[in-house]
Amino acid sequence: MKLSLVDMKPGQNGVIEKIMGGPGFAAKLGQIGLYRGKKIKKLSSIFRRGPVTVSIDNFQVAIGYGKAMRIMVEVDDGEENSAGW
Amino acid sequence: MKKIVLVGNPNVGKSVVFSQLTGSKVMISNYSGTTVEFTGGQLTIGEDSYAVMDAPGTYSLTPSSKVEEVAADMVDQADVVINVVDATNLERNLLLTSEVLERDVPVIIALNMIDEAGHKGVKIDVEKLEELLGVPVIPTVAVSGEGLKKLVDALPKAINRKKKPLEVADRWAYVGSVVGEVQTIIHRHHTWLESLQDDSLRPLTGIPIVAIVLYLAFQLVIGVGEVIAAFLEEYFFGGFYGLLMNRLSEWLGSGGFLHDILIGRLFDGAIQFEESLGVLTTGVFVEFGIVLPFLTVFYLVLGFLEDSGYLPRLAVMADRVMHRVGLHGYSIIPMVLGFGCNVPAVLAARNLESRRERFIVCTLTSVAVPCMAQLAMIVGLVGRFGGAYLAVVFASLFFIWIVLGLIIDRFMPGYTPSMVVEIPPYRIPSLRAQFKKLGMRVKGLIVHATPYILGGILLVNILYTSGIVDYLGIIFKPVIQGVLGLPGEAVSTLLIGFLRKDVAVAMLVPLGLNARQFVIGAVVLAAYFPCAATFAVLLRELGLRDMFKSAIIMVLTSFSAGFMLNMLLDTVVPAPYMAAGLVVAAIILAFVVGSTSDRRELEDLDKAV
Repeated sequence: MKLSLVDMKPGQNGVIEKIMGGPGFAAKLGQIGLYRGKKIKKLSSIFRRGPVTVSIDNFQVAIGYGKAMRIMVEVDDGEENSAGW
Repeated sequence: MKKIVLVGNPNVGKSVVFSQLTGSKVMISNYSGTTVEFTGGQLTIGEDSYAVMDAPGTYSLTPSSKVEEVAADMVDQADVVINVVDATNLERNLLLTSEVLERDVPVIIALNMIDEAGHKGVKIDVEKLEELLGVPVIPTVAVSGEGLKKLVDALPKAINRKKKPLEVADRWAYVGSVVGEVQTIIHRHHTWLESLQDDSLRPLTGIPIVAIVLYLAFQLVIGVGEVIAAFLEEYFFGGFYGLLMNRLSEWLGSGGFLHDILIGRLFDGAIQFEESLGVLTTGVFVEFGIVLPFLTVFYLVLGFLEDSGYLPRLAVMADRVMHRVGLHGYSIIPMVLGFGCNVPAVLAARNLESRRERFIVCTLTSVAVPCMAQLAMIVGLVGRFGGAYLAVVFASLFFIWIVLGLIIDRFMPGYTPSMVVEIPPYRIPSLRAQFKKLGMRVKGLIVHATPYILGGILLVNILYTSGIVDYLGIIFKPVIQGVLGLPGEAVSTLLIGFLRKDVAVAMLVPLGLNARQFVIGAVVLAAYFPCAATFAVLLRELGLRDMFKSAIIMVLTSFSAGFMLNMLLDTVVPAPYMAAGLVVAAIILAFVVGSTSDRRELEDLDKAV
């Protein structure tokens, strides 16, 4: 199932499938370690249109709503550890 | 002299390594972007001395912000680069390392926070990493100094790889393969600190945490600050120092030019520390009796927030609100710093990516974020008229902050893109580091503020004794009295406000204002123009053109706010309702108008897809 970071549920895991938007945007995300093929776990959404927090490897990143909408994730089947926030 | 440059991702501990190597004191916190300018120091090994430079943290050498440009330039000028790598985040950190290895410069790697990596279950095969990267790798724990001796000894062994530049995708693959070979992760359970970490990022638990943190911070600063200030007033200024000043006053003959400057005016033959306006009376009292107690407590609280790693979480929680004023969550950090002093706030704005964000942060901070020195005076002096009037001052500044933010966001072209921010783990701040930092900040205040305070009071005296104030009072009477409802003499406080806002607020006292006038004076003084020190850094950071625009906004805003208060406060609306009304109006406006930045970013997104 392919979802944007915004539409993923907190606690869901997946693999970054696509980063939509200009090359500058993808490069910027790449520098901090978010790129195609990376395993990612969504931690939370702050309000409906607020930032999304995720964890990758051993660190956490907060991504603003506008940007989180552009990051598409192939979500793992079976919701492991869904906190249901 | 040979140059050693420290390079690394944000918040990996470069400044700690720097301070350990050189013995210099630098600002260290647990969030990205504490270092915004390069700092230099010296390291002597045997007979050679090296210049050591601490670059601001960067994710890449192809920079996207002003701070990152500085870092990239510094690498190019280095004779040796120490690449500080966070062992707990090897993969992300090695992306930058791979870029550094492509530059024509010898490199050595400090694999920092190796202890924390161990606790997190991350094991790194250092020898293998050294072999794969082809440069020396020294494990370090910079905060305790572990491994730094080895790092220094290994400096001459730094190797210039000058590798062939990789394409982006190849870089990821390369780093991924290196990490795969050297790193093993043992799974383990969450610690309580990590659970708290997650809780502070979830709306349900995060919002109460924000509320508790802000409430405690406010209560601590105001409460403890007041206790210390009252203690000093009673036992120091009411005791030894008061007696000493009385003696000095008598000795000077209770009048004359020197008496006016040093002791100031006497009221019924007695010195009034708040009103006399002498360098040694009001000057010393304002700085050491009021400003210093509040500021010391503020910096203790701020230090804890910085080093624990809470500030970036506050940034995430505040993101929605900050979007309304054309910013994103991370811009709350300069503003929080601004409550201490606006100067570091303006400097911290460098971390923001666009000119637009920097302009908004600088303008809003100058207008609506009073520094602690000024706040202390406002709390002390407006507070005497009752809590409701104090609330009106804070509510007015909040209202100004929201409304001005909405307006600038609407009319300034472009938009502020949403944020991407790394959130550091919580760490328990070390007391020693806390006191060191507090010491630096308090010393900074005393050194930088004293000349302005003393100079300001000297100037007031000259303005008064020479009759210039009376003259200006007459000229500006239509504005000061007509628009703001203040006596013409209040023009002198606006003049002194250029030098020191705290002294300017104190100068409202001898004018004999009533409650509403005092509130108007305090709000106008807070908003109308930055003090000289802030003005100087604003000019440097924004440039002449933007500074000019910003200054016009400041003056217009403060006088509009002053006029609004003059029209409404107490004459039409009683103070408690005024305070509540302003807050509610600001929140409603923010909801109704919404964020122009958000709308423009989404439009842009639709175009791109």
